[in-house]
Amino acid sequence: MFRFLGVENLTVSLDGEAVIKDLSFELNQGENLAIIGPNGSGKTVLLKTLLGLLPYQGEIKWAENVRLGYVPQKIDADRHLPITIQNLLSAKVRALGLPFSEVARAITSAGLTEKIQKTPVGHLSGGQFQRALIAFALLGHPNVLLLDEPTASIDEPGEAQIYELIHELQDKEDMTVILVSHDLSFVYRYATKVLCLNKINICFGAPEETLTPSVLENLYGGPRKYYHHIHNGNKHA
Amino acid sequence: MTIGEIYSLILAISGAAAAGVIGSFALMKRTVIAGDVMSHIAIPGLGLAVIWSINPLVGGGATLLLGSMLIWHLEKKTTLSTEAAIGVIFASSVALGALLIGSNEELIDALFGGFGSISAPEFAFGIAASVAVIVAIWMLKDKLIIGLFSPELASATKINVGLLNLWFLLLFSLTILSGLRFLGALLAGALIIVPASAARQLTHSLGAFIFTSALLSVLSVVFGFLISRAYNLDLGPTVVVVAAGFFALSLLKKKV
Repeated sequence: MFRFLGVENLTVSLDGEAVIKDLSFELNQGENLAIIGPNGSGKTVLLKTLLGLLPYQGEIKWAENVRLGYVPQKIDADRHLPITIQNLLSAKVRALGLPFSEVARAITSAGLTEKIQKTPVGHLSGGQFQRALIAFALLGHPNVLLLDEPTASIDEPGEAQIYELIHELQDKEDMTVILVSHDLSFVYRYATKVLCLNKINICFGAPEETLTPSVLENLYGGPRKYYHHIHNGNKHA
Repeated sequence: MTIGEIYSLILAISGAAAAGVIGSFALMKRTVIAGDVMSHIAIPGLGLAVIWSINPLVGGGATLLLGSMLIWHLEKKTTLSTEAAIGVIFASSVALGALLIGSNEELIDALFGGFGSISAPEFAFGIAASVAVIVAIWMLKDKLIIGLFSPELASATKINVGLLNLWFLLLFSLTILSGLRFLGALLAGALIIVPASAARQLTHSLGAFIFTSALLSVLSVVFGFLISRAYNLDLGPTVVVVAAGFFALSLLKKKV
């Protein structure tokens, strides 16, 4: 393991107002970082800043060989767009000059069937849509996957499957994962590090050691009701 | 049919094909209305061309270029005032153009078009512009598709979305410019919007949509030309009415 990402004194302002203040943390290769925090705490902004989409002050240092894959929060795709998963994936493959065999690989890796390629994106179920976004992110062989609440629009069984898929990808392709989540059970199950964010860094470290009731109370401004019964959940390797 | 008419028809058909192609993307981008307003921005340019006795394409082209930049800046801001600003630009362009043009006959030509006689450079420019639009859209199509789906995802894929939008507006302006001669400023946008809307009703895949949009646009010009000749009607309005007819038929098809 070596240092894969170093963030030092990061401040991000939108319209003159600081959304993230003086944030520092670091991450090693192969880790799974969960970013948690209340609404408006700067989680999505942090992800976009790490992707290089927003201007910032401070330092963000990625390892030299980094290839980022991004799965955004639910996209309000126009249901009437005549664009299929295949159109979308082929467009990225051509735009980036990747080999065309990447499309089939990404579709299989994301747990989608070949048949679904011809379905317009507006007609996909929540779970299929999320997998399509993951397939899109997997084109170009990323070694870091950044996901913004990937299960926000999915029912519970689907949610578990998506988390399982992310975990599987991480294992198989030796990926580092940075994931924004509301779901603390996910954090305990899969995350190796957790970053509690509320504009500033409230906690950072391994979930079992870091997420004390007082930290969670401080973060969410009240006791987190399902904290105790999930604390004993078995962490996957 | 005279040689002049044949050249004009070839020019109109190539312009229509470009309009159909760019129209399909404009429809998906939902920039149809902003684009339609852009054609009106040509009117003050046409007026200035009349006053200074320069080629109308130069005058129209200059104000269209200005309009593209203006709408590009406005589109970056997603406030409600954008629509209001576009409305103001539309109304003031028509009014300013009307004042500048002065003569009623020339105003009607500027608004509704007409073939007139076409010079060799105009013919060459028109064909080159149409080919350039189609080739450029073909080259940009992958980035446009990703941008249509999600501008955010496009940025994360290292696509410069702002620049892409500017390119699109400039190509849109070029398409309007090549249609300005025979459709006029009021109707030049119609050949971009109407066939694409009909094609969207009739097709389910991206490739078929773009192709059908271009085909219906070309057919509107061909039938419009034949009907306007047979019944001695103005060409521009006839072409647009034929395109609207295709759209009406496409609505029937959807219900079957």
